Amino acid sequence: MNALLEVENLSKQFGGLRAVQALSFEVREGTILGLIGPNGAGKTTVFNLLNGVFAPDEGQVRFRGADITGLAPFRVARHGLARTNQIVQPFANMTVLENCVVGACFGRENLPLARAREAAREAVTLVGLEDRLDALASQLTIAGKKRLELARALAARPTLLLLDEVLAGLNPVEIERMIGIIRTIRDSGISILMIEHLMQAIMSLSDRIVVLNSGAKLAEGLPAEVAADPMVIGAYLGDPGFVDKLRES
Amino acid sequence: MILRRPFFWIIAAIVAAFAIAPAIGDNIELRESLVLAAVYITLASNINMILGYAGYVNFGSIVFFGLGGYFSVWLMSAHAWPLAAALVAGGVAVSALALVFGLGILRLRGVYFALSTIGVNEGVMAFVANFGPWGGSTGIYLSPALFQPLGGPAKALWVIYYLLVGIMGLSLVLSYAVKRSKFGLGLLAIGQNEDAAALLGVPTPRYKAIVYSLSAFLPAIAGGLYFFKSAYIQPPDAFDLQLSTETIVVAMLGGQGTVAGPALGAFLYEELRGWLLTSPTFSHFQLVVAGVLLLAIVLFAPGGLMGLLYRLWPRLRSFLE
Amino acid sequence: MLGLLASILDGVLIGAVYGLAAMGITLIWGVMDVVNLTHGAMIVAGMFAAYVLVGAAGVPVYATLPIVLAGGFLVGVGLYWLSVHRVIGQPPLMSLLSTFAVNLVLVGLGTAVWGTDLFNVPASLPGFSLGRYTFPGTHLMAALLTGVIALALYFFLYRTRLGKAVRAVSNNREAAELVGIPTARVLALAFGLGVALASVAGMLIATMFPFTVLSGDAYQLKSFVVTVLGGLGNPTGALVAGIALGLVEGLTTPFVPVSWTLVIEFILFVVVLITVPGGLLTLFRRRRPA
Ligand SMILES: Nc1ncnc2c1ncn2[C@@H]1O[C@H](COP(=O)(O)OP(=O)(O)OP(=O)(O)O)[C@@H](O)[C@H]1O
Ligand SMILES: [Mg+2]
Repeated sequence: MNALLEVENLSKQFGGLRAVQALSFEVREGTILGLIGPNGAGKTTVFNLLNGVFAPDEGQVRFRGADITGLAPFRVARHGLARTNQIVQPFANMTVLENCVVGACFGRENLPLARAREAAREAVTLVGLEDRLDALASQLTIAGKKRLELARALAARPTLLLLDEVLAGLNPVEIERMIGIIRTIRDSGISILMIEHLMQAIMSLSDRIVVLNSGAKLAEGLPAEVAADPMVIGAYLGDPGFVDKLRES
Repeated sequence: MILRRPFFWIIAAIVAAFAIAPAIGDNIELRESLVLAAVYITLASNINMILGYAGYVNFGSIVFFGLGGYFSVWLMSAHAWPLAAALVAGGVAVSALALVFGLGILRLRGVYFALSTIGVNEGVMAFVANFGPWGGSTGIYLSPALFQPLGGPAKALWVIYYLLVGIMGLSLVLSYAVKRSKFGLGLLAIGQNEDAAALLGVPTPRYKAIVYSLSAFLPAIAGGLYFFKSAYIQPPDAFDLQLSTETIVVAMLGGQGTVAGPALGAFLYEELRGWLLTSPTFSHFQLVVAGVLLLAIVLFAPGGLMGLLYRLWPRLRSFLE
Repeated sequence: MLGLLASILDGVLIGAVYGLAAMGITLIWGVMDVVNLTHGAMIVAGMFAAYVLVGAAGVPVYATLPIVLAGGFLVGVGLYWLSVHRVIGQPPLMSLLSTFAVNLVLVGLGTAVWGTDLFNVPASLPGFSLGRYTFPGTHLMAALLTGVIALALYFFLYRTRLGKAVRAVSNNREAAELVGIPTARVLALAFGLGVALASVAGMLIATMFPFTVLSGDAYQLKSFVVTVLGGLGNPTGALVAGIALGLVEGLTTPFVPVSWTLVIEFILFVVVLITVPGGLLTLFRRRRPA
């Protein structure tokens, strides 16, 4: 299996705060890599560095062999890297379909409008929003907006999908659905890098897991290995809830 | 393809009405009122592309109109260019200049951008007022002889009128074509949430610069025509910040982000203004009325007239853009 | 040499008043992220208030200051509830447009009453002589009063409960609301203060220069320039930038034709906006060591 995304020695500081420190990992083709860590560990910042929202202070990001370090966000998207936002960012006054057409138009395939509409429809159907096609994004529930985030990213037909806490704020039924959707996406050949606080879900979905703490990598391995790693458990003693959740799974 | 859409024919009908109405019975009074309406519609439709689609508040859009006027008038008076060539050259020059300005100030967002556009307009005005070749603060006066190629002053005014109506029609078609295009979709996405748009792959810097420059082209030509018609141009008239902000009022009144809205708003506003100016009691209160109108729209109907119409008859959405 | 010095000093005196006006804009911006486009109109309102009070009511020129201050404050609070409150938290376009709308109304009413003729407020104070040069007493007085008002504002913001509430809301509106500060009323208060500063600045300018109903635009633009140079939302920065701008104007007047100073100012304005949006003062602040 080839490495699709290779991250090497990535670092970023905000003022005096080291948000990400010398982080390296890779995502292999056709797999799901889970990125976990307590609040403020720097997970979203890692996504922002991959996407080009911030340029890293140090390090390199290679995607399908090409160096994409510090490229502008829209150029990264063209390379086939799509992303959902932790805090949903819908185009509020556009319909669900139009939101997704934007994704399809400007993503990896850079489709013309007519064909983008097709791709958008497919993505909307995949996440199960097809009966809200012409609803304004602002009228969706939070669960609906989360699914819209996902559909919009998918419409671009990306090679790699970055998911930032798509399960947060959903009820158990919605979570079950979303997990099913994520599996379907992976099975369709799209690789996934996902951030998630919900241990059970991430442990069962991920092929491998990277644990981040204070911006640095604490552990990496198969879900079972990570869950059993005394380093991980020890480091999280300050956050007893986290240890419980790890044990649970 | 665009020909098959009903809305295109609505635009064609508007243009035809403008062209025919004053020609019936040689109604010069009506023509003069429609000249101003055509200018307002041109300005409002073009500012709508950056304000309504991309969500950037350009308080100084009048700088395009004024600079276009200066370029064309100067080419005609100092270099004896024919009208058509001077107009096109003015449009191209101003668009190019807008691209340069845009690359600088479009890094700014929100209020910072809005303030910088005022700075650009005022800075350009102050510069032109000191610029010798353009007559400094006295401006440029055109010799009546320049109307001769168009068949004398009386006939020239008709020619200018039809050209302005043409520019107005082009503005509407452009505004419509942009909205229907992929480029337009990208602009609308920027207007809703620029960061999200960029993450999805919308080339935001390029799109913003292009729309800023594009929205300069037809207003510049309209400026050339307008000041050719007046036969003189001076900095305070060319770079009138009041007119610039009225353009925003007009676009908001009709409904920013729609194609028909700015045109509707411009037409109604100009008619209202004309009526207020002739009515003895209200002639002083033109600004007051404009202000009250704008405040009411902003506070109670931010979608403008089109927003209200859509709410009353949702089916209008399918053929009015 | 002495001439240059005199020109600079006079520039500084006038610049202080620009700074005072700009403090009004910057205070409102800092507290509620609103660029107040009624600013120019309220500067003019201050001018005409002084004109009417002196001319019709026979109030001594400088005794109009407290009246204009109080009146400006009340009008500002009213304007907040009328035009700003509903658009707080909406995209910047909305508050720009709603305050601009009020500006149109005020300018329209002003023109209906006073036309566009030139007015002035008769004020004369003994000047201060420096060699061959005499500084107008009105300029000295305006700068002096600006200093007093700036100090009073500083005292209010940093030493009183209410002022601390204003600063708390300015720093973080949600947090302020959580600790029980009535934010809407604080915003109204801040807007009132901002408008009061604008009208007092107008009153002081009226003692120095003649004016028309339409003078507001020019002074509003000047205030924007000063505000941006000083950093949006930073009252101290506004005062410093106002004085600095006056100094630059005074410095260049003997060498550059007056008409070019405007060009230079607007170029400066746009360039500073693009390159140091935090204002020029941030350039002097030490970067935090990494
Ligand atoms: N733009 C920024 N400027 C300054 N500091 C930032 C910025 N973005 C993030 N940070 C800081 O960097 C640290 C890491 O934040 P990040 O959002 O990456 O955490 P996270 O792991 O995603 O947390 P959560 O699980 O709560 O989403 C935090 O301390 C945060 O305050
Ligand atoms: Mg996060």
